Amino acid sequence: MSSLSARDLLVEASHGIGSRPGRLVLTILGTVLGIAAVVVTLGMAQTGAGQIAKQFDAVAATQAVAQPATTQTMGGDTRARTTLPWNSPDRVLRLNGIEAAALLADVDVAGARISAVPVVDPTAPQLAAPAVVAASSGLLDAVRGTLSTGRLFDAGHDARGDRVVVLGAGAAERLGVNRVDSQPSIFIGERAYTVIGILGDTARRRDLLDAVILPLGTARADFGLAAPGELQMRIDVGAGSLVSEQVPIALSPNTPENVEVSAPPTGGELARNVRGDINVVFLALGAVALIVGGLGIANVTLLSVMERVGEIGLRRALGATRAQVAAQFIVESVVVGLLGGLIGSALGVFVVVGVSAWQDWTPIVDLPLAFGSALLGGVIGLLAGAYPAIKAASLEPVTALRGGL
Amino acid sequence: MTPVIELRGLTREFPGTPPVVALHPTDLVVERGDYLSIVGPSGSGKSTLLNLLGLLDRPTGGEYLLDGEPSLGISETRRTQLRAGRIGFVFQAFHLLPHRTVLENVVLATIYAGIDRAERVPRAVAALERVHLGHRLSFRPPTLSGGERQRVAVARAVATSPRLLLADEPTGNLDSVTSGEVLDLFDELHADGLTLAVITHDEHVAARAHRQVRISDGVLEVVR
Repeated sequence: MSSLSARDLLVEASHGIGSRPGRLVLTILGTVLGIAAVVVTLGMAQTGAGQIAKQFDAVAATQAVAQPATTQTMGGDTRARTTLPWNSPDRVLRLNGIEAAALLADVDVAGARISAVPVVDPTAPQLAAPAVVAASSGLLDAVRGTLSTGRLFDAGHDARGDRVVVLGAGAAERLGVNRVDSQPSIFIGERAYTVIGILGDTARRRDLLDAVILPLGTARADFGLAAPGELQMRIDVGAGSLVSEQVPIALSPNTPENVEVSAPPTGGELARNVRGDINVVFLALGAVALIVGGLGIANVTLLSVMERVGEIGLRRALGATRAQVAAQFIVESVVVGLLGGLIGSALGVFVVVGVSAWQDWTPIVDLPLAFGSALLGGVIGLLAGAYPAIKAASLEPVTALRGGL
Repeated sequence: MTPVIELRGLTREFPGTPPVVALHPTDLVVERGDYLSIVGPSGSGKSTLLNLLGLLDRPTGGEYLLDGEPSLGISETRRTQLRAGRIGFVFQAFHLLPHRTVLENVVLATIYAGIDRAERVPRAVAALERVHLGHRLSFRPPTLSGGERQRVAVARAVATSPRLLLADEPTGNLDSVTSGEVLDLFDELHADGLTLAVITHDEHVAARAHRQVRISDGVLEVVR
């Protein structure tokens, strides 16, 4: 019986690998670089995505919105099932986890012209009017806005229904208002409103930047605003589920189901999505690196077959079957690939950790990625070794023996 | 007793226009315990005959009974098994693995011959002691003299207890002193009952054999 046990095979293969350390280093280098490139690209992609997601999360995880639930009427219109109370901010601010709150409502100005000059110039081109939004005095905190100049209206303006407005930066530019110390006015229809501030930036409701914002009380008095539209809330990190449970009860104790709260999900859904997008790009890069590494292994294994023709002939003369010769070369190639995969994977992880330490990031490398890419090295070795192994096995013993040793 | 080698009209042609006949139909019987030398100038068909005898090549005609067993028309696997179990090779160029120790080189043959793991090393050591190299077990071939290397090759060939030892120009790379060592060894092995077939172009080597055949232009003739 001329059978070669797995152990014999491994011993023979390991001798084949170990007999030329210099050659081994060169062979491994290709795989090491390929696998390291994959781990680094994927690892950096994950780390980067984690970093981006972290920033996204910082805003997304601390913002919640309450709106009246809507229902479809028979006519097909959507109609709010309830109205938010005017004192909603006060009500929710008593709850744990809510740091700031403000009511917002879109104001219907019934087509009234909005301009900075009282004179109607029929020859002037008609400009699309900026949106008019009414807000309560806690707006800046709730949407994380900053004023570029001036101030926001306060509860007093609101209660008295003073004719003051704050312009979004975009709206201010369109209306030609860039400073408020001269107490400029704008006109909504026939009525004049004093501009007391310009909103520079917001993290939420960025549409406010193109809007004319006036106090809720003013909107009720001048435009007959019937009900607030939504309640913007800034909440504590992790308070999402608490807020979505308690806010409806606080706003509508009898029919809490009529208030919808969209609070941030607790999972890293966003992070996962971002990561997925980035991975596609980097995976392609890694694949190229792997192909290069695989070609390297194939090349060197083929070279090694050529070099060891005499040895192959000898083994065949000693009674090795074609399959045994092929198996030996495949095992050698797989072991070399695995070795390269392990080293490359380790190297890649080190690079990711190093770069993260340098950049002050949190390094993220999936364990399956690290181990998987080490195994991938073995698979590459298998694929790359297959052709040379078949070539080695197909050599006629006579020809092979003439090849010398 | 069945002869170790029995050739009946064995022929080897190489395709071409016209085909080259490397070995004309040949009949030859080598009995157990024979010591046969095959001589002839280079290109005469010596190597062709050796490759056929060693099951390294397939004839284009005729029949070859190895140890009474037909060796033609059988599967490649069976041929490989026959080669591993019945034939020991000694080559002109030694064909030792340079990175393995002397002992490992000899053990290699026992692995492919399917000898039990526990028996491998004792048999290899015994074979090396038989060729008087028991003190060189852990040496690597490049550190040995040519004669010693060829003796390692002989030990490898006999470690599997083959029926036939095939030697292809075993002294071709050796000087006259070391050639003598190897030939003395062959005499000892022959005295122990091993069947030997030695291919050579050296008349001195051929003279040591008890039987001699000459091959020229693919035609075999018995000298004695």
